[in-house]
Amino acid sequence: MIAATPLLAQENGNLHMNERIPVPGMTPPIPVSMSGFTGEGAEVLKFDLTVQGFSFVTPDAAQYLINGSDAGGISGNLTDKFARRVLLSRSYNGASLRRQAHAFADDIVLAVTGKKGIGQTKIAFKSQPSGYGAGEIYVADFDGHNAQRITSDNAIVAKPAWVPGRLALYYTSYALDNPDIFYHSLTSGQRRKIAAYSGLNTSAAASPDGAKIAMVLSKSGSANIWVCNADGTNLKQITTGVEDSSPVWSPDGEWICFETKHNERRRLAKVPAGGGAVQYISTTGAANPTEPDWSPDGKWIAFTSQMGDFNICVVPADGSAPPTILVEGQNPSWAPNSRTLVFNRSLGYRQVLSVLDVFTKQDKDCARTTGSSSQPAWAK
Amino acid sequence: MKTNQIIFPLALALAAMLATTGCKHAPVGLTRLPGQEAAPVGGDGSGPTIGGGGTMGGDNGSTGINTTQGGGNTAALNSFDNMVDDPAALAANTIHFAFDSAAIRDSESANISAVASALSANAGDKLRIEGNCDERGTEEYNRALGERRALAAREALAKAGVSPDRIRTISYGKDKPVDPGHDESAWKANRRDDFILLHPKTGV
Repeated sequence: MIAATPLLAQENGNLHMNERIPVPGMTPPIPVSMSGFTGEGAEVLKFDLTVQGFSFVTPDAAQYLINGSDAGGISGNLTDKFARRVLLSRSYNGASLRRQAHAFADDIVLAVTGKKGIGQTKIAFKSQPSGYGAGEIYVADFDGHNAQRITSDNAIVAKPAWVPGRLALYYTSYALDNPDIFYHSLTSGQRRKIAAYSGLNTSAAASPDGAKIAMVLSKSGSANIWVCNADGTNLKQITTGVEDSSPVWSPDGEWICFETKHNERRRLAKVPAGGGAVQYISTTGAANPTEPDWSPDGKWIAFTSQMGDFNICVVPADGSAPPTILVEGQNPSWAPNSRTLVFNRSLGYRQVLSVLDVFTKQDKDCARTTGSSSQPAWAK
Repeated sequence: MKTNQIIFPLALALAAMLATTGCKHAPVGLTRLPGQEAAPVGGDGSGPTIGGGGTMGGDNGSTGINTTQGGGNTAALNSFDNMVDDPAALAANTIHFAFDSAAIRDSESANISAVASALSANAGDKLRIEGNCDERGTEEYNRALGERRALAAREALAKAGVSPDRIRTISYGKDKPVDPGHDESAWKANRRDDFILLHPKTGV
């Protein structure tokens, strides 16, 4: 096997072509061809690379060739056919074959794009046996494998949200017969109430530095956005609209984006995280926007549009272009790479998790957990 | 051939931590829900990692959450402890809403009056208003919409002379359909406020 010659992204002139103007849904995928892998190894590589903008084609049509084996562990190499260079040659051991394949996929993504791959990231979501009513919170690999149940309340749960950089979640639970917000450490298994005011306590979202929480409370007599410290103190009402829901933070922590109603229409809006004037975000062409999520690089806001069906959409956060309607689905959550979304889509009357590459509009369904799975949140 | 061995020192540290902490010594101030058994992630040996595994340390007691000050504010709800549900009393007075609306229709005024009368008949009784939605909205949007429907009824009852302090609202969003169907008649039935009369527990 040829010795490893990992390239940095800036050394490869072809890379910038892929990065120049990423247009949601319209960007051509990076063509690769794969040989030598079978079964689970091939499945993981195809899943991971498809949802990060690669397409699998014949060797003739490929720019990159992936060769290797999953016999006794993943080993493989990556060749740039145009540059006639081996970019990567590695073997992996330890952990599981799946984990090894995810690690190889991450190395391929890094070698080709210069960006960190998402193969070893986690998601949280809720799953309801009946499709409504009681459910539990789960954490899984981003592709839905290795799902682990986090709660055991047999109560309505909602909107898990990660604390950035920590193995900890906020979520809403009706376990105490009221929609309350809980903090749950996944390392200790301990949890505590963060907000249990009269009325609605839901949709917690941790600020990028983890120091603050945005959420929806109705303690003032209407459902509005509030912000408090991570310990629940320093509570402050941020919005006063007739209907406000689904707060999320901008990655710089300066803004909170949310859904509201203005002139009888549902709108996306943003407000300074400390309170201030509300600014509306144009989503012309994608009616009834809800469930915004701001990409980690700050460039995009993904949201759900309701026009009969639910659709996953993205719009530049600076309003420089109209929104792009991508696929049927709800509850989009950005991956750390700011190009892949996890969301839930209808399968009959149930919901299944799916992962979408925004720029190429390629998607794959996650491995399923029993029941109806929704409200995925990607760990960042 | 270069070998890149995958080792998970953080996962091992986590597993060790789980083994040593368990649930025996719950930190002071933590609220354990009734019946809750801790289900920590990470006991499968492979170990979870977030973003490559470099960020999972430091979550053992250093969350920044002050356990003595957290916990929200349950004071407003405590006055509803020691009450017994009487779901039959006002079952006939459920009110219904137009699609995506929290406005109480004029046609519901008789139901609002009936609920107000029931509360005025017994000063010790209280009320829980349960706001619900059909399935045609996103989950958290509907959770807020259900709350707005419940709050709208509370406001109407206040206008009818009932003290809002006697009324608690809860939204079930689309999680508690009375009709689990997927057609117009089911949606119409599910866009509703249920009124649950609460009696004081005897002997308390």
